[in-house]
Amino acid sequence: MLLSTVIFLPLLGVIAIALLRGLGESAIKGIALAIGLITFVISLGLYTGFNADTATFQLGGTPIEWVSGLGISYHIGIDGISLWLVLLTTFLTPVCILAAWNSVEKGLSGFMMSLLALETGMLGVFCSLDLFLFFVFWESMLIPMYFLIGIWGGERRIYATVKFVLYTMAGSALMLVGILALYFQNDNSFDLTTLSGPFEHSDLLFLAFFVAFAIKVPLFPFHTWLPDAHVEAPTVGSVILAGVLLKMGTYGIIRFCLPLFPDAAEKFTPLIVPLAVIGIIYGALVAMVQPDLKKLVAYSSVSHLGFVVLGLFSKNPAGLQGSVLQMINHGLSTGALFLLVGMIYERRHSRMIVDFGGLSKRMPIFATVFMIVTLSSIGLPGLNGFVGEYMILFGSFVQGAFSKVYVVFATAGVILAAVYMLWMFQRVMFGTLDKTNENLPDLNAREIVVMLPLLLFIVWIGVYPKPFLNKMEKSVGLVVTKVQATPAMGQLENGVPVGTKLALRETEHEKSEKEAQTK
Amino acid sequence: MSKELIVVLLAAPLVGFLINGLFGKWLKGNEKLSGGIGALAVLVSLVCSIIAFTSLSGGAAPLDETLYEWITGESFAFNIGFRVDALTAVMLLVITGVGFLIHVYSIGYMHGDEGYTRYFAYLNLFVFAMLILVLGNNYLMMFVGWEGVGLCSYLLIGFWYEKQSATDAGKKAFIVNRIGDFGFLLGMFTLFAAFGTLDFTAIFDAAEADNFQKVFGASTLVIATLLLFVGAIGKSAQIPLYVWLPDAMEGPTPVSALIHAATMVTAGVYMIARSAVLYEIAHTGQVVAWIGVLTAFFAATIALTQNDIKRILAYSTVSQLGYMFVGVGVGAYASGIFHLVTHAFFKGLMFLTAGSVMHAMANELDMRKMGGLKSKMPITHWTFLVGALAIAGFPFLSGFWSKDEILHSAWGSSPIIYVIGLITAFLTAFYMFRLIFVTFYGESRVEPEVASHLHESPSVMWVPLAILAIPSALIGLLLGWGGHDSWFHHFTKSVFPEAHHDASGNVILFMVISSVIGLAGIAFAWTRYSKRVPSDEPTSAIHRLLANKYYIDEAYNALIVQPVKNGSHFLLWKLVDNGIIDGIVNGVAAIVRFIGGLLRRFQTGVVQAYIVSMVLGIVIFLAYYLFFT
Repeated sequence: MLLSTVIFLPLLGVIAIALLRGLGESAIKGIALAIGLITFVISLGLYTGFNADTATFQLGGTPIEWVSGLGISYHIGIDGISLWLVLLTTFLTPVCILAAWNSVEKGLSGFMMSLLALETGMLGVFCSLDLFLFFVFWESMLIPMYFLIGIWGGERRIYATVKFVLYTMAGSALMLVGILALYFQNDNSFDLTTLSGPFEHSDLLFLAFFVAFAIKVPLFPFHTWLPDAHVEAPTVGSVILAGVLLKMGTYGIIRFCLPLFPDAAEKFTPLIVPLAVIGIIYGALVAMVQPDLKKLVAYSSVSHLGFVVLGLFSKNPAGLQGSVLQMINHGLSTGALFLLVGMIYERRHSRMIVDFGGLSKRMPIFATVFMIVTLSSIGLPGLNGFVGEYMILFGSFVQGAFSKVYVVFATAGVILAAVYMLWMFQRVMFGTLDKTNENLPDLNAREIVVMLPLLLFIVWIGVYPKPFLNKMEKSVGLVVTKVQATPAMGQLENGVPVGTKLALRETEHEKSEKEAQTK
Repeated sequence: MSKELIVVLLAAPLVGFLINGLFGKWLKGNEKLSGGIGALAVLVSLVCSIIAFTSLSGGAAPLDETLYEWITGESFAFNIGFRVDALTAVMLLVITGVGFLIHVYSIGYMHGDEGYTRYFAYLNLFVFAMLILVLGNNYLMMFVGWEGVGLCSYLLIGFWYEKQSATDAGKKAFIVNRIGDFGFLLGMFTLFAAFGTLDFTAIFDAAEADNFQKVFGASTLVIATLLLFVGAIGKSAQIPLYVWLPDAMEGPTPVSALIHAATMVTAGVYMIARSAVLYEIAHTGQVVAWIGVLTAFFAATIALTQNDIKRILAYSTVSQLGYMFVGVGVGAYASGIFHLVTHAFFKGLMFLTAGSVMHAMANELDMRKMGGLKSKMPITHWTFLVGALAIAGFPFLSGFWSKDEILHSAWGSSPIIYVIGLITAFLTAFYMFRLIFVTFYGESRVEPEVASHLHESPSVMWVPLAILAIPSALIGLLLGWGGHDSWFHHFTKSVFPEAHHDASGNVILFMVISSVIGLAGIAFAWTRYSKRVPSDEPTSAIHRLLANKYYIDEAYNALIVQPVKNGSHFLLWKLVDNGIIDGIVNGVAAIVRFIGGLLRRFQTGVVQAYIVSMVLGIVIFLAYYLFFT
């Protein structure tokens, strides 16, 4: 019941705004923010109520038959993976509502309604345990996003939004075929929890799902819709797009592709991992030369999500946990980056790097926040990005599910991240202040309130990620056992690392031999 | 010594950072308070370090404790934990001791700067990160500190952020260091793959176990130690990644003294000394020693021709770090760390005196525009002279002891390394005294308007100089008397493996040779520069090559930076991304639209046309069934 409340409360907000829109702008904003905040507070109950000792889906209540003749039911629940994505969504939405406070020039009620409807759609995707339900939410999510970019976007918004929607739908058409194929192999049921392989044509099914998700991630070379969508989307649209929507792709991989089709996943790993690594390097290099701040951040997402995909296909606990954590991290850091870019855009009506320089002097608070977020994105230890990236790289290297050469290249991406982010930061924040920027005001109280919660989590996850890792550990572990049977080198065996134990065991063995000889 | 002590030691600079960082706006009007908080924070750490040190030297057991679990899972555990043994204690004293004096000095030096509180916030943050680096009981903790000091270095080099050259230098430092960190990360992964942990104790114990090599083969450790050394090359500015350190002089001078001479840049040496056990087993010390000695020589040759005081000191630092790597590379770990300690004092001192000169000379750094400063700035002159004599290996001053120990051990390992080291010692003495003679002696070439303000620095600056001068002169004698039986060797004996090639030959003879070489360098500088100013134009091809630092920066720019930038712009972005990939995407859309456009023609709305096509279809189907099935 709790979970359903969380999912549909924003939809209630949509109805409320529709009915009460006559009360004026501040009422609309007030309702939207209140709904967003209440949803977040209620969703915290999911965290406290979640039992981390088990990998099973929880808190969804009993499934309700929806279309009984077709085996469709309203079946929801969360595990340690979706828990975090749900919380990320409910956290980012009120942040976005507050961030958009003064930036919507026309159709405020429509904007807020789209945003809240989008929240319901996203939450539904993360919570659905019925494939049909999942698909319904997956598609319904596109509509408000289409409006957000298409109505409140920039100059080329129509091109961008059509590209975004068609690209996604091309993927979901494939996925629909996959879902139907699974349905017929599962005694005419869409229930995800009863699905168990091996399936017929699992290679094709894997690909059907994977392509849909790879577009969403976006994995190189399916990424070209992203820079366009980001550049044209309003700030809040970019935040949600980068923060949550991209995670649908990686979430789909960990929820469907890996556990349902382990053999196919194994088979296609040599194809996917190079693409992930290319994405890391390529995204970083292309980000480096972007003249537009938003495009730079967009390409940096291609690079960051490459890390996530790499971790997922490392198929070991550290890599997968790192990937899930990195999904949250990317949502926070890149979300924060888009918010910051939006804040200077509102002041200067430009996102071109050349138009800035020396802003540190005029906007010290902005500079400080921007620096921290930049460092988080670079993966500086002590901030969130490092923990995720480190776990991914470490897991991928130690596990050896694929050649270490890939990990070496991926690690080189860490150098490039510093290059493009620090160069951008230097050109925007350092140097001498241009005359046209002399009167830009520093962050106001509202904007500081928008950024503070993000900074809090950026530091928290960096310093003490344990609460986050603990809740996901069992669920990730289940996925790992489904895709991989043998324990990897370096894993703990009864609390002792395998490697060391091997060494110690031999020593003991030799000792006893020597003792026997002396006797 | 207790865990609480270490927590206080660490927390003090962090608190100082937070106070100056968060409340800087309100502290801005009160420089004394802001700087005082910064210095006090480090003083607290210094006191804690002294307590830890005395309890260790009194025979207390080293501390090795976990504070909390950081990144853990069923199959891996990375914790926040500390290890305080003799090596750590030495580093702690250097960091907090030199650090405290430099904080005090900065109170005066940074007077009137717009970013006063920001400066002390960064400086405290640096001390905090540096303490983490040396206190960690595992490689990951070391890496956390490693990146932390890199960040502070970046922030402080680019402290005057309105200056393009300063922010360029900061960025360069961070990126070049990241290249090193890339090696460090992979080194850690390699170690974890073999040992299942990154804790020092566990790794060293397992590596020392008899059968380790049987199980894993020596190659694992060879790879791991070489990868770690890549990290050290970056952080400690060795060939080929040294290029960031000379540029780092764009930062405020006390920063150059603390971070880019005394502490952070020595982190690589510390790392190798810490991993001594692994380097002993892997026999990769030779690589370390060779890189070290080549860097020492190479950087010294560049220093010969520079005219910017701070740049000379920077190349000198690169060169001296090379000596330290020779020390730890040939297995003389204690000697390498010993040189780290003496160098921290005398090089820190020289940077601060350079700062004092800049302070008096309206930030002038070109020594050709100085001359005769001795009479105007006597304390600055004398303290600089102490530092220069110490680095030149003047008998019984600090550098004499530590450098001689390294050279002596190098002889036992490879006579060629020894000879190159000795030549470098000559060059060192020469370029240092070239600097002294041109700056402090001879006729004044100071421009008149600067000369009228020429003065000795205020007491808040010269007192730290005077204090630093004492250990710079004497610490070598105190800690190093007796060579390999010295107090320093005894104190650090527990942390380092036994020296495998004991220094051979007559100790006194080595000392005499070193001293003569050093004195010869000084004398040669006297003959060349006591009366003469360096020429503005290079006089020969070699001179030009050296003055342009072998054109290494230009080469890196032409071979790496520009190709990557242009390749990314034109090839990847414009051609691959916009042209090919997006071309295909839009191409598919265009094809669909085209086909749609064709098909649209059939939807004419003319009923007769539909009937014709229907009939035609029926005829074709019938024909097919009749004739082909």
